[in-house]
Amino acid sequence: MVTENLVEIDDVEFRYDVRPVLKGIHMHFPRGKVIAVMGLSGCGKTTTLRLIAGQLRPTRGSVRVAGRPVQDLDQKQLYALRRRMGMLFQFGALFTDMSVFDNVAFQLREHTDLSQAVVRDLVMMKLNAVGLRGAHALMPAELSGGMARRVALARAIALDPMLIMYDEPFAGLDPISLGVIGNLIRRLNDALGATSIVVTHDVQESLKIVDHVYFMSEGVVVAQGSAEEIKAAREDYVRQFVHGEMDGPVPFHYAGPAYRRDLRLEPAHG
Amino acid sequence: MDNLAVRALRHIGHLVIDGVWRLGYASRFFLLVLLRSGPSFRRFPLTIREIYFAGVLSLIIILVSGLFVGMVLGLQGYDTLQRFGSEEAVGTLVALSLVRELGPVVCALLFASRAGSAMTAEIGLMKATEQITALDMMAIDPIARIVGPRFWGGVLSMPLLAALFSAMGVFGGYLITVVLLGVDAGAFWSQMQASVDLKEDVLNGVIKSIVFGVAVTAIALFEGYDAPPTAEGVSGATTRTVVTSSLAVLALDFVLTAIMFTGA
Amino acid sequence: MDRRVLDLWVGIFVAAGIAALFVLALQVSNASTFNTGESYRVIAEFDNIGGLRVRAPVKSAGVLVGRVESIGFDNEKFVARVVLRLDRRYTFPKDTIASILTSGLLGEQYIGLDGGGDPENLADGEKLKLTQSAVVLERLIGQFLYGRAAEGAPAGESK
Repeated sequence: MVTENLVEIDDVEFRYDVRPVLKGIHMHFPRGKVIAVMGLSGCGKTTTLRLIAGQLRPTRGSVRVAGRPVQDLDQKQLYALRRRMGMLFQFGALFTDMSVFDNVAFQLREHTDLSQAVVRDLVMMKLNAVGLRGAHALMPAELSGGMARRVALARAIALDPMLIMYDEPFAGLDPISLGVIGNLIRRLNDALGATSIVVTHDVQESLKIVDHVYFMSEGVVVAQGSAEEIKAAREDYVRQFVHGEMDGPVPFHYAGPAYRRDLRLEPAHG
Repeated sequence: MDNLAVRALRHIGHLVIDGVWRLGYASRFFLLVLLRSGPSFRRFPLTIREIYFAGVLSLIIILVSGLFVGMVLGLQGYDTLQRFGSEEAVGTLVALSLVRELGPVVCALLFASRAGSAMTAEIGLMKATEQITALDMMAIDPIARIVGPRFWGGVLSMPLLAALFSAMGVFGGYLITVVLLGVDAGAFWSQMQASVDLKEDVLNGVIKSIVFGVAVTAIALFEGYDAPPTAEGVSGATTRTVVTSSLAVLALDFVLTAIMFTGA
Repeated sequence: MDRRVLDLWVGIFVAAGIAALFVLALQVSNASTFNTGESYRVIAEFDNIGGLRVRAPVKSAGVLVGRVESIGFDNEKFVARVVLRLDRRYTFPKDTIASILTSGLLGEQYIGLDGGGDPENLADGEKLKLTQSAVVLERLIGQFLYGRAAEGAPAGESK
């Protein structure tokens, strides 16, 4: 049975010790699409990714991937599921003691019995897809931020996963690299027929490439829609985020006493 | 005043409970490492690589320290023994001190500082840069793949390093006493051979070094794995590795010595 | 790091370590040859073993011929039962005397064997007929005082 949604998050709550991080969210991620999850730091975006990957267990609700609830899987089944997922970490998380080639080849060597020749061809193809075939002999320390990110992307798609997750893929990149990564996310998703979930707070780049957006704030989904719908949204929070406005639901001033008091124009115990 | 005492007590209680909790957590980690040791042996090149980083790279400091310790033992031993006309027993003194105690213990302390702290820093950094999480996400068990080989690499290296330390120490003692101070070579070796027992002394020393190897490596790996993923976290973890494993080695040495070398 | 170079260094390291262990075993220690195949047991009973310990040397004419294997207590005869393990190369006559001696003045105690004239030798598991117990310091002092008191008494009585 092929479900229409690859990932379904239903009424999920998650608490870290006693602190609630996710307070009841519903998200559906249809197959073949690129979906962004946006919001400020601490709103629960990365936690959502971890729940999908099975690294965390929801305190309530269910997370289903390809129709199966992730939290019910045992270690073996979970690992089998993860072999069909790829994840791109915020700063690449490349293995620093191996070359670019070995990094991309890693999963192929660990999980498959393919011969060295076949592995080499596959690695070269993946690196070519991200434009770094010529850099295969370099070590991660010799790469720029953008290049490291691209290698990590090649590594994430090494096994042609059905689900690719991106944790802040645009963070800290120069404008050219931003464009490149954004492009790659879209192109690879379509080429592989995969589903991509992009967790980010880079509005400009992501809205160019995504099909659907979920907006989160303080553990709940406050808005969702297509890129155009989000750009034209009326909700205060979304507008402030999309247009980068200084003041709005997220206040400019950190909570504190009145200004006149701090300048000692008024007595402290008015 | 009452407040201060109460607060101090509460703080101590908090530390103790934290310490016990952490000990339990560390024990569970250690058990996992042991249970998932299969890949360390089925894919032995992984462990060989770790023997290189833990053992081979510690060779210089171990050999040089062993030489110096042996030479000092020879000097001090000769100085004291000659007052009783027993300087020919210096070979026995040097050999027994090294094989029973100084070899395993000093080697373990040096190993903790050099290889132990390196392991902690390496794993701590891997954790901080999300490499451990990446492995987990790639459906590869980080404990089996990263921690296991390092554990067995350390445990296999330690007894070899301790033996090299003791051998170098005996050689250093020989250099100082026989070559420099003029003790009779024949007496040096024959007295030593008469007093050092293969099973009682050498074997017990080897057992000690294996136990120390397990302790130091396990502590180093746990601290690295548990380190907070920040620069201060990793640096604090490496310090804790050296301090905790040194204390553990000395405490275990006391226990083992009491078991092995006293009583009928 | 090239795999081959790494393997080479690890091989050198392990070989050196094992060599060191051999040096310690053969050159430094007394790599004893006392295993059950090459030794035999002999039993000796003592009134007092003093400070004798298991693994103490058994010497004859000052040469090491064996080790003390175990020390037990005979609850019926109230004596100490010491099992000696002797090198098979050396045989002793049935009337050998075992004494507990001290190395130097205050050193460790060991067992000294003095061979007798009996043409038959001790077999595995046989018991020695004659033994001399350890000298216990308190008894020695007691004997000395008693001896001195006995000497002094006649002189005192004549007064």
